[in-house]
Amino acid sequence: MARDETPRRQLRIIPIIEIALLAGLVAVPHVTSDFQTIIASRMLILAILAISFDLCWGYSGIMTFGQALYFGVAGYVAALLANKAGVVELLLIIPASMATGLIAALLVGWFLLLGKRTPTVIFVALGTLTASYAAERLVAGWQWVGAANGMSIWEFAKVAGLEIEPGVWFYYFILLFLILAYLGSRWIVRSQFGLVLAGMRQNEERLAYFGYRVQVFKALIFAFAGMIAGLAGGLYAFHEGFIGPASMGIGLSTYAVLYGLFGGIGTLLGPIFGVAAIETMAFILSDINALKPYWPVILGFIMLIVVVWRPTGLLGVILSERERIGSFGIGARKKRKGGGDGAP
Amino acid sequence: MALLEVRGVAKTFRGLKALGGVDVSVEANSFHGLIGPNGSGKSTLLKAIAGVHYPDEGTISFGGQDITREPPPMRARAGLSLKFQITAVLPQLSVYDNVLLASQSRGSIWGLLRSRSRGELHDETMDALERFGLADRADDLAGELSHGQQQWLEIAMALTNKPRLLLLDEPTGGMSPEERRATGELLMPIKAHCALVIVEHDLDFIKDICDRLTVLDNGRVLDDGTVAEIEASPKVQEVYTTRV
Repeated sequence: MARDETPRRQLRIIPIIEIALLAGLVAVPHVTSDFQTIIASRMLILAILAISFDLCWGYSGIMTFGQALYFGVAGYVAALLANKAGVVELLLIIPASMATGLIAALLVGWFLLLGKRTPTVIFVALGTLTASYAAERLVAGWQWVGAANGMSIWEFAKVAGLEIEPGVWFYYFILLFLILAYLGSRWIVRSQFGLVLAGMRQNEERLAYFGYRVQVFKALIFAFAGMIAGLAGGLYAFHEGFIGPASMGIGLSTYAVLYGLFGGIGTLLGPIFGVAAIETMAFILSDINALKPYWPVILGFIMLIVVVWRPTGLLGVILSERERIGSFGIGARKKRKGGGDGAP
Repeated sequence: MALLEVRGVAKTFRGLKALGGVDVSVEANSFHGLIGPNGSGKSTLLKAIAGVHYPDEGTISFGGQDITREPPPMRARAGLSLKFQITAVLPQLSVYDNVLLASQSRGSIWGLLRSRSRGELHDETMDALERFGLADRADDLAGELSHGQQQWLEIAMALTNKPRLLLLDEPTGGMSPEERRATGELLMPIKAHCALVIVEHDLDFIKDICDRLTVLDNGRVLDDGTVAEIEASPKVQEVYTTRV
C-alpha cells in the first residue's frame, strides 16, 4: 500500500443491503394491512433490542444473556410515567427510557465487568442471565407494578402533543429510532473505538499490554447497548400498551441472542434480518392449523440448522469474512506528510 | 540510575521455585539479554517485569517508579512494551489495523470514538510497517502473514507505542537463519530511543545484538556482565557445557 493511501475499502455488499433494506422498510406500510404494519412495528422494536445484543457479543465479546433486563426496566419506567405521572409524550418517554437502560446496564456492568479479576465469558453470561431472571421474578411479585399481570397503558402516546396510535405513523416513528440506533451503533463500531472492540474480541490480553483498560471499554459498550435496549423497551411499552414480567425475563433475553445468531452477529444488519426471519416464520407457522402444536419445534429446528451450518448467520452466507470485519476510523481524514488533509 | 531495577524478585508456582531472589539492572538505550538453560527462570522474570504475574517477593522499578504491583495497562502507559513468546498478532484484523491499534492506545476514549487520531497516526503506522518490510502487506489480514512476518509485525506493534523499554520473549523462535539475521538488523536502530530486554535461545543472535547479559540458572543469577565477560566466565561455561 502506498504511503498516501488509506487501507483499501472493501465494503461492497453492505451498503447495497443497507439501501435495499431501508427502501423495503419504508415501503412496508404501503404493501401490508394495518394489522401487518403493527406486527412489523413490533419487529422493528425487537430489531433495536437485537442490535443491543450484537453490540455486546458480536462486536465486543461480552456474552450477555440478559439484554431483556434493560428493555423491560425501561418499559416499566415508561408505563409508570404514563400511569402514575400522566406522561405520555414520547419525546420525554424516550430519553427517560434510554437513561433507564443506560443506568441499569452501568450498574450491572460495574458489578460484572469492573471487578478486580478479569471476568470470564461464562461468569458474565451467567451473571446477566441471573440479573434478568431475578428482575423478572421481582416484578412478577410486586403489586405496585402490576405483579404477574404487568402494567397496561390506557392512554395513547403523543409526539409533540399529537396523539399517535399503533399503525402507519407509529411504524415510521419507530423506524426513525431504529435508523438512529443503527447509525449510532455503526458510528461506534466503525470508529477507532470499534477497532479496540474488534481487537478485544480476538485477544483481550494482548490489548492490556498495549495499555488499554479493556474492562472499561467493555463496560462502556455494555452501557451503550443497555441504553439502546432501553429505547426499545420504552417504544414497546407504548406501542403494545402493555409491559409485563416476561418483557424483562430470560425468554426475551434468549430471543435477543437467537435473533443475533440467526441473522449474523458482528454485523449490525444481521440482527435486523434475524428478527425479520424468526418473527415472520413464527407468524406464518403459527397460523397454519396443522402445524399449530408443533411450530415452535419446527422454528427451533430451522434456527439450529442455520446456526450450526453457518455460525456467522444468514448474512454470513453472502458476506465475506473481510467485509464482515470491515475497516475502522471511517470519516477520519489522514494527513499526508508535509501537506493538509487527504481524502477520507 | 538504571532504567529498570529488579531487586530480590522471587516467584513460586505451586511449591516450585521459579525465581529465587533475582537482581537485574538495565540501563537506558542498552540491549540486555537474559540467557540460561531451559527452566532457569528467564521467561518468568520477563513476565514479572511485564506484569503477566506479580512476584511473591522483591521490587521492580521502572524509570524510578515502583511498578511491582502495577497492572499491565499501567506499565504500558509508563513506557514498557512486551512481545509475547507465542505470536499474538490479531489475525482477523489487517496488518495496518494491528499497528494502528497499538499506536492509538495513547489516545483518549472520546478521541477514539471520534476517530480523531487516525489521520495523525497514518504516517507513523506506515513508517513502522515500512521499517519491518510489511508496507506492501498493509491491507492483508495479519493471519495471512508467514510466521516470521507475524513476529516482525508484533515487534512493530510493540515499538509503535514509543516505549522506553521493549521486552522480547524469544523473538526469533521458528525463524529461518535469514529471518533471524534480518531481525537483528531491524532491532539495532531502536537502541537510539529504547532499551531492550530479550530472552532468546539462539546465543549467536543474542551475542550479536546485546551489550550485557544476565545468565540465570535454577531461578538465580549465575553471572552478569558484558558479552565478553560472560563468554569468559567459567561458571557460565560449566553450565552450558555440562547441562545444555
